[in-house]
Amino acid sequence: MQFRGRDIISMRDFSKAEIEYLLDFSLNFKESDHALKGKVLSTLFFEPSTRTRLSFESAMASLGGSCIGFSDPSVSSIKKGESLSDTIKTVEGYCNAIIIRHPLEGSARLAADIASIPVINAGDGSNQHPTQTLTDLYTIRKSKGKLSGLRIGFLGDLKYGRTVHSLSLALSSFSNKLFFISSSALSMPDSYLESLDRSSPTEHTDRLDEIIGELDILYVTRIQQERFTDPLEYKKLKNTYHINLDMLKRAKPEMKIMHPLPRVDEIDTSVDATENSLYFQQASNGVTVRKALLALIIGGAK
Amino acid sequence: MKELKIARLKEGTVIDHIKSENTFRVARILGLENSSSMVTIGANLDSTKMGRKGLIKIENKFLNEKEANKIALVAPEANLCIIRNSQVEKKIRLEVPDELRGLARCINTNCVTNHEKAETRFIVESKEPLKLRCHYCERIFGKGDLEIL
Ligand SMILES: [Zn+2]
Repeated sequence: MQFRGRDIISMRDFSKAEIEYLLDFSLNFKESDHALKGKVLSTLFFEPSTRTRLSFESAMASLGGSCIGFSDPSVSSIKKGESLSDTIKTVEGYCNAIIIRHPLEGSARLAADIASIPVINAGDGSNQHPTQTLTDLYTIRKSKGKLSGLRIGFLGDLKYGRTVHSLSLALSSFSNKLFFISSSALSMPDSYLESLDRSSPTEHTDRLDEIIGELDILYVTRIQQERFTDPLEYKKLKNTYHINLDMLKRAKPEMKIMHPLPRVDEIDTSVDATENSLYFQQASNGVTVRKALLALIIGGAK
Repeated sequence: MKELKIARLKEGTVIDHIKSENTFRVARILGLENSSSMVTIGANLDSTKMGRKGLIKIENKFLNEKEANKIALVAPEANLCIIRNSQVEKKIRLEVPDELRGLARCINTNCVTNHEKAETRFIVESKEPLKLRCHYCERIFGKGDLEIL
């Protein structure tokens, strides 16, 4: 499979076989500290996301390449009203690939349509964040040794959670059982449920305590207070879905907890030291996957 | 009562068998309110086939593919004929294309196409019922959400 020069914009662009290839390649990737020597990566963050930016910069640095860019649009020419198209056309002359994070949905696709060099989407509004999804798939595969036949629960903000939409779609095509755990106010939108692959049955509940014992993976997302008009409703939810050692007593010992981070207090810090916590491993896997992707796309590794 | 006689077209386009409720939408899409051609719009006409129908005749206008595609989106049931020398020269079958470029606006206000100069693009995921996916923001829309440009 050839990935040199390819854009990474949406999980929709990848077949099952391509996803498996990317994960295999990431697992076996032996980093070389000069694979991308002399190559330059632009990181254009039109909205801040410290972890995503740092993980790309770390990946690029460890392969011998360098990064240019901005992490705060208020100091760049964007504030002066430059169009996205003009920014992309200018920047592509400076580098070998572009990472873009932008608050508008579809911005990364537009950038990729304009640029002649590869573009990687690091989050476009509420739409896609494919390197996060690939990291999540990689983490599950590495921890469980497989990507199918698993019982995976999603907890928290399933309505607005971009990571949940993207990951559940990808996992559904690998035949898993998916559990969506949320209050009715934050449940999975029908449009996303409809696009799930039918080979994966789904179950919906608002009771974590009743089904946590069935799960192999529990994927937790942050519930954002600004989504609620009623602060009491928010408080109630926060407490219902708080994961602590007590809640873990109901879980299988090998059940793993994932979270795209940063967390607020969905997961008690006492859980960090347990065998169940996988979220910091997940964060560090993000660098591994991004390294492998950069080597494939910019370096033409196979 | 005297019946209104509609002159036969010598040269132009006839759009017939439009569902009555779609008639003025079709007229609007074609920008007929600003047209200097001779235009006849008939609404709620008797039709043996459909009960009620709409009919539009435009003199000296020959619809291009883009215009035909727009009509296919809002009134796929209509029949389209090109008239030359008072004869039907061509019947055009209306069909929703596989991809729409620059034909409709994306109703997602947070979509990049509503903020940057970019031609909109929609992938037709299903023709019946009509389901479109924005090439940019990837949202899925139905016929009711369509805002034809
Ligand atoms: Zn859109």
